[in-house]
Amino acid sequence: MSSAKNININLKIWRQKNAKAKGSMETYKLDNVSTASSFLEMLDQLNEQLINDKKEPVAFDHDCREGICGMCSLYINGRAHGPDTGTTTCQLHMRKFNDGDTIFIEPWRSKAFPVVKDLVVDRSAFDRIQQAGGFVSVNTSGNTIDANATPIPKQDADKAFEAAACIGCGACVATCKNGSAMLFVGAKVSQYALLPQGKVEASQRVLNMVRQMDEEGFGNCTNTGACEVECPKGISLENIARMNREFLKASIK
Amino acid sequence: MAKSALLKSSIAKKYWMALTGLFLCLFLAGHLAGNLQLIFSDALHFNQYALFMTSNPAVKLLSYLTYISILFHAVDGFLLTYQNIKARPIGYAKNNPSKNSSISSRNMAVLGTLILVFIVTHMVNFWAKMHFDENMPLQTITVEAMGQKQELYLTTNEGYMPVAQVAKSYEDATKTGAQSYIANRTEFYNTQAKVKIGEGYKDLHKITVAFFKDAKFGLIATILYVIAMAVLAFHLLHGFSSAFQSLGLNNPNWTPKIKFFGAAFAIIVPILFAIIPVYIHFFLK
Repeated sequence: MSSAKNININLKIWRQKNAKAKGSMETYKLDNVSTASSFLEMLDQLNEQLINDKKEPVAFDHDCREGICGMCSLYINGRAHGPDTGTTTCQLHMRKFNDGDTIFIEPWRSKAFPVVKDLVVDRSAFDRIQQAGGFVSVNTSGNTIDANATPIPKQDADKAFEAAACIGCGACVATCKNGSAMLFVGAKVSQYALLPQGKVEASQRVLNMVRQMDEEGFGNCTNTGACEVECPKGISLENIARMNREFLKASIK
Repeated sequence: MAKSALLKSSIAKKYWMALTGLFLCLFLAGHLAGNLQLIFSDALHFNQYALFMTSNPAVKLLSYLTYISILFHAVDGFLLTYQNIKARPIGYAKNNPSKNSSISSRNMAVLGTLILVFIVTHMVNFWAKMHFDENMPLQTITVEAMGQKQELYLTTNEGYMPVAQVAKSYEDATKTGAQSYIANRTEFYNTQAKVKIGEGYKDLHKITVAFFKDAKFGLIATILYVIAMAVLAFHLLHGFSSAFQSLGLNNPNWTPKIKFFGAAFAIIVPILFAIIPVYIHFFLK
């Protein structure tokens, strides 16, 4: 903490009154920002300043503020979740910035993620993809088998766990030059496809989830690999390849 | 459901891009092997190869597959690009993609379009002449016998026809009294009997050398060709390994090998292609 200091920054933030309004980038000046504060605390500080000035505060998504809920977003200086890799915006700290910096803050840009207000986007497209097949059907009428009763190779369990680490924040879509959601869908398909419980419905799952993904208006994957770099949870491109395999298997069945 | 998915879905489009792209990589390797004869072989062998490539039924089938692959790869590519642009109606005010992806991976559509332009001009310059040009020259050699120089057409049955005795057409032959004439662009006929007595080689070697040695446009053609190969190299640098990812092959064992081989292919093949016109323009006597 001893190295913390205060910096003055300029902010360029996307402001949009509501889903239908035409938005624009607005410039704000914010002084005395502690480098020990998190990026979201900096936005809180800005909002206090705006409220004191009787102006509309900036709307942005946040919840757990410890990098596991997937709620925070923000395209910061041209990168999803800011300059760090392997972190969410709430894990980004102002020590990454210098006095006098101008910081661009924009919402996720995707046809499938329409802006609700300012920096808040509607990510329910991900929910609908999950609902299309991202589950296993289990009879829960009192005789469910303990999950550990089914032996699973350690390697598969680890890979499924890595895929399941996806928090559905949408950084992959935001950073992809094509606005493709394939890293998200690849992770969600993989986390089930790797496990015996998920194999039962594997074919229908991948076909339905991919169909829903296409219907939502996400772009096509061209394997640039940007999603893997920007993903706060380090979801690997291997999951997209696995989805491609699963889809081919299911298609020719 | 499953069947329509294999045609329409975003993942199916990836498969088709990958399959046609990999087939075109094979085509590139074959085409390169043929082209290298311009450096390492002579005119006759090159023209014999050109005849084989335009007449052999198996090669013909492969060439139709190649045309279809190029068209499909291009159309699918344009369709994907159009959809991808639509997927982000409002762009970022500030974007920093160089931090997370390679420049070639982000510009495949631009590179591909440039390659398509190259393919069209390349086919107009060589392929169309070989297939349709009425005035395509036939291969000749000059021999010296008894102090006199004589020009001879080489024939496919390893014989020859003196150029002086062959008229351009039957009408010319009847006027000049030449013993033989050319019909169907490559066939030699006896004037009196009107029977085919041999067949010449279309001189693609001569056309190619003349194209790159042309006093006016030879240098610019050579430079443009080299640029086109650089574009191809960048396209392949992403495309080759990307195709395997699209087809679902990505694992810690194979992926590094595929990436290494893909990078080597992307660099070596275009360089070898580019050396040929440079050699013809600057070094071929």
